[in-house]
Amino acid sequence: MKLLVCISKAPDTTSRIAFTDGDKRFDESGVQFIVNPYDEWYALVRAIELVEAQGGSVTTITVGDATCDPIIRKALAIGASDAVRIDANPTDSSQVARLISNYANDKSYDIIFAGKETINHNSSAVPAMIAECMDLPYVALATSIDVDGDLSTLNCESTGGTNNVSVKGSFVLSATKGMAEQRIPNMRGIMSARTKPLTVVEASGVTATTEVSKFTLPPAKGDCVMVDADNAAELVRLLREEAKII
Amino acid sequence: MSVLVYIQTQEGKATKAGLEVASFAKNMNVGDVTALVPGTLSGDGGLGSVGVSKVLHFSEGVTDNSQLSKLTQAAAQSVDASTIVFSGNNDGNSIAPRVAIAMNVGYVSGVTCLPEGKTFTRNVFSGKATAAVNVMSDVCVISITPNSYGIKSDAGEASVETFSADIGAQRVVLNGFTPTSNDGSVPLPEAERVVSAGRGLKGPENWGIVEDLARALGATTACSRPVGDMGWRPHHEHVGQTGLTIRPDLYIACGISGAIQHLAGVNQSKVIVVINTDPEAPFFKAADYGIVGDVFEVLPKLTEAIKEL
Repeated sequence: MKLLVCISKAPDTTSRIAFTDGDKRFDESGVQFIVNPYDEWYALVRAIELVEAQGGSVTTITVGDATCDPIIRKALAIGASDAVRIDANPTDSSQVARLISNYANDKSYDIIFAGKETINHNSSAVPAMIAECMDLPYVALATSIDVDGDLSTLNCESTGGTNNVSVKGSFVLSATKGMAEQRIPNMRGIMSARTKPLTVVEASGVTATTEVSKFTLPPAKGDCVMVDADNAAELVRLLREEAKII
Repeated sequence: MSVLVYIQTQEGKATKAGLEVASFAKNMNVGDVTALVPGTLSGDGGLGSVGVSKVLHFSEGVTDNSQLSKLTQAAAQSVDASTIVFSGNNDGNSIAPRVAIAMNVGYVSGVTCLPEGKTFTRNVFSGKATAAVNVMSDVCVISITPNSYGIKSDAGEASVETFSADIGAQRVVLNGFTPTSNDGSVPLPEAERVVSAGRGLKGPENWGIVEDLARALGATTACSRPVGDMGWRPHHEHVGQTGLTIRPDLYIACGISGAIQHLAGVNQSKVIVVINTDPEAPFFKAADYGIVGDVFEVLPKLTEAIKEL
């Protein structure tokens, strides 16, 4: 089977969040980047498992500039067969989705994987948008997938429970916890990743439909009010009279 | 100008998330609010009481997001909607981006407060910052973070019209649905009060005191990642960076140290209470109220104190 996995660059969880360029842009200086965890732990690893079991290839695709290359090599080290990077600096989800769709349209991928959201933009939009651009079915928040010929059966999170769904032929999915376990690349993977193909593709002219006018950091949290462990009633009083929350 | 809201119902009535998006749409003050309701509907589904003037009812139950996207587009066209509003829950997040692409208009997800013109505020970097986002197209599609705006009543009754549209073929087949819990508690993303526990509980057999507190408060239970990974609690209860992001009014963390990955899922809570034996637990820095103490002693006392209210 021929699988495509969307991989995004995200700042490491412990990064200091700061902005530049009149608070319009994330300040990347000194920031350690990682593969967006949902893309890596759940989407990529499950795609690799499927290909290991049934044969085929896993291609990763990333929209971004050359600063994405280290995280793409990490994905190759974990076990992807090859990688594509669309050379662009997108400013919104629709741009990312249209660029990926334009590339994937004539390549006949069986399944397109993505994480359920990125930890920096938190939009949960790109996979649904790719599905719409390519007129494909979309299964959101998949926690498991089994593939039997052209029939895929998935469990996915739904409001208040789990849906079991099936879909025939090509489709797009977003992956969340449960799909797979994180894989640490071994030395052989890291060595072979250096020579696996990473194709850089020029971006076609796709314009954004939204723009960030300003990023703002939240106001500093006030001090924590400490309550004595023997005085639970005092906490209840504070929650009722001061916080007015119960 | 009008606003279209996509509404889900349960037993014919708009869900809590549905009433919230309708309230939000009404208070945007950019025109009449029309609700699109697929599936079962009784009366106006309670939508008139939050300011909806007209309900378009599509009586078939539909689950495929590509069909629901086509349905929304048809409804948006029929009322000439300038804004289309979804709840940012699992279903809304899978339909809204499709609608935006199909209509070639801007999409802003996870909106947390009323916009200024076409500038919407949303959380980014897992709650560590907010972004003001301008939509450059005439029409915009947005989704609202559940429990960020609330339900505002607005006396009135909505007219109900039957709506039909060509929604294409179903391609994703729903074989079955398994509810995550049958205790009647509110699903985590919509819960106003959450009691969450971590490794400090020492084992799954000790969760009774957490559930007792949750019951007394009318809260939903949650857990930290290690607890989910060890199988002490089901995965769907895991809140944090790689689990659910929630925004309750009250989040009580019991025996959770407060790693940065956990905070990313809960730092938008309005009030955070932390109970932990370790006074150095990083969670206290993010908390509004804290108790340094043993959860096995503190929780039963807290439950009793709440029952006495």
